[in-house]
Amino acid sequence: MAVVTAPITRTTSIGTSTLQIARRAILRYMRTPQMIVLGTIQGAMFLLIFRYVFGGAIQIQGGISYVDFLVPGFITTGVLFSGMGAATVVAEDLEQGFVDRLRSLPVPRASFLTGRALADTAWNTWGLIVTAAIGFAVGFRIHGSVAEAFAALGLCVVFGFAFEWLFIMLGLIAGTPQAAQGMALLVFPFTFISSAYVPVSSMPGWLQGFASHQPITYMVNAVRALTQGPAAEALIGHSTGYLVTGSLLWSLGLVVVFAPLAALRYRRS
Amino acid sequence: MAFIIEAKGLTKRFGKTQALDGLDLTAESGQVVAVLGPNGAGKTTFIRMVATLLRPDSGQLRVGGHDVRREAPAVRRSIGLAGQFAAIEPAMTGRENLELVARLFGRKRKDAKANASSVLDSLGLTGAGDRLVRTYSGGMRRRLDLGASLVGAPKLLLLDEPTTGLDPRSRIELWDAIRMLVKQGTDVLLTTQYLDEADNLASHVVIIDHGRVVAAGTPGELKRRIGGKVIEVHVRHEDDVARVAGVLRDFNHGDIRIDDATRRVSVSVDSGGPVLTNALRAVEDAGVDVEDVALRQPKLEEVFLTLTGRPEADAALEAAAS
Repeated sequence: MAVVTAPITRTTSIGTSTLQIARRAILRYMRTPQMIVLGTIQGAMFLLIFRYVFGGAIQIQGGISYVDFLVPGFITTGVLFSGMGAATVVAEDLEQGFVDRLRSLPVPRASFLTGRALADTAWNTWGLIVTAAIGFAVGFRIHGSVAEAFAALGLCVVFGFAFEWLFIMLGLIAGTPQAAQGMALLVFPFTFISSAYVPVSSMPGWLQGFASHQPITYMVNAVRALTQGPAAEALIGHSTGYLVTGSLLWSLGLVVVFAPLAALRYRRS
Repeated sequence: MAFIIEAKGLTKRFGKTQALDGLDLTAESGQVVAVLGPNGAGKTTFIRMVATLLRPDSGQLRVGGHDVRREAPAVRRSIGLAGQFAAIEPAMTGRENLELVARLFGRKRKDAKANASSVLDSLGLTGAGDRLVRTYSGGMRRRLDLGASLVGAPKLLLLDEPTTGLDPRSRIELWDAIRMLVKQGTDVLLTTQYLDEADNLASHVVIIDHGRVVAAGTPGELKRRIGGKVIEVHVRHEDDVARVAGVLRDFNHGDIRIDDATRRVSVSVDSGGPVLTNALRAVEDAGVDVEDVALRQPKLEEVFLTLTGRPEADAALEAAAS
């Protein structure tokens, strides 16, 4: 057939390349059992542990139940943990030759990054929905409007997208998938020294300074304020607007710093 | 005659290693060119440059008439990659993999599907086409890999060590597939450490070492370069090996090669005829029990040793260990 032996005459469009690369990444996630286990079951397990095992010991003032306090923390940090997987996968793609194949094809250079970002954002969104569902199942309830709840979900997608570039960068510089995983795990302590699982005010003074100003705290608190309404605002001490703005600024900062770095690094490697 | 690859004075340094040190090579259209060399000779570096994955530090490289630095997109439209350097996704089926590459080449969905089907067919993978690649055997994976290099209808196929690590039967199947492609008019550049592979597939062999070309020519020409023929004696008893070597030293015009493991001694000689008879007589007079005697063309292995001065056995051991 003439069509299948026709020579190639132009560079493939960024749209098609991005979609195809994203599709491959998602199929890979979906068909690798370890990734699914890591994403959903592990997340669910920890949520249950925090909710039921620790829940009784942690007191939240201001009339918010621990489950209502906790689930926003889990949902928000959930996108971070998915992002950690991205670092490993990027390092694998480099090591195993997928990036080589892309570089030898008539595709736009950026398509590896855009495809990756699209796939991970989609995967994050799925993870968000699953975590939220589990949260509802163990007693989480919205105390704001439905619109605000959807805004909270949208914000989480943005946060995931923001951190994604940091993880892509880690994946590109790590050298091996194992090193990438190790480096990505460094994010772990950051998620704990934040308002994700306990109120910042309950931490020792010397930690509070760091915890109150880091991006994860802003992000979790924004989600918390949107889903829990005035009670959360009172607890946190800031208005929803302030928190949402702060978290968006942090997100912008992360993208502005790490996306160009990742692009430059990809170009060089 | 159109040149498909023209390389002049290519250099490339990685840290302290000078991977390419003034490599010159021209390959004509219609040839299968094998770049042969031990590990570290620079063959992977060279083929990666042709694939536009690396830029030369200095020198010129034109592929299909396009300069790799200034016209890289044009080069990429006309090449296909297979072998050590280009990945297949294990979590997708064979068909999905081929369709992916076809789409990335810019083929429309319908064309990509048809492309994938016909390539699967020509490589005998239609049955396995809808299974995940992670269930494939090594040989099947290599064939699929070869298929991925074909979906863009390349003018030049780049194969980096295509049969390394394969069992003998899969190697032969892959060779057949490659020969079929050549017959259909695709040019091929392959790198290999296997001398029999170069001998079997290539119409033009380039031997490189330390980043530059040491010798080039048809397999026949290269064998003739070390001159004359080779007498090889295969003895029955280990202890006789040294004795035979001593006897044959009188006849040689090149190195004596001793292989204790297979109990063979071989030596290059100027011409056949009476030399063989005399050598045999000398060996028999020494009272050696002979299994087998041959008067033959030099193997590419022997050409390699003569030209690079490095025992190819070392390179083969490195290859076997990696």
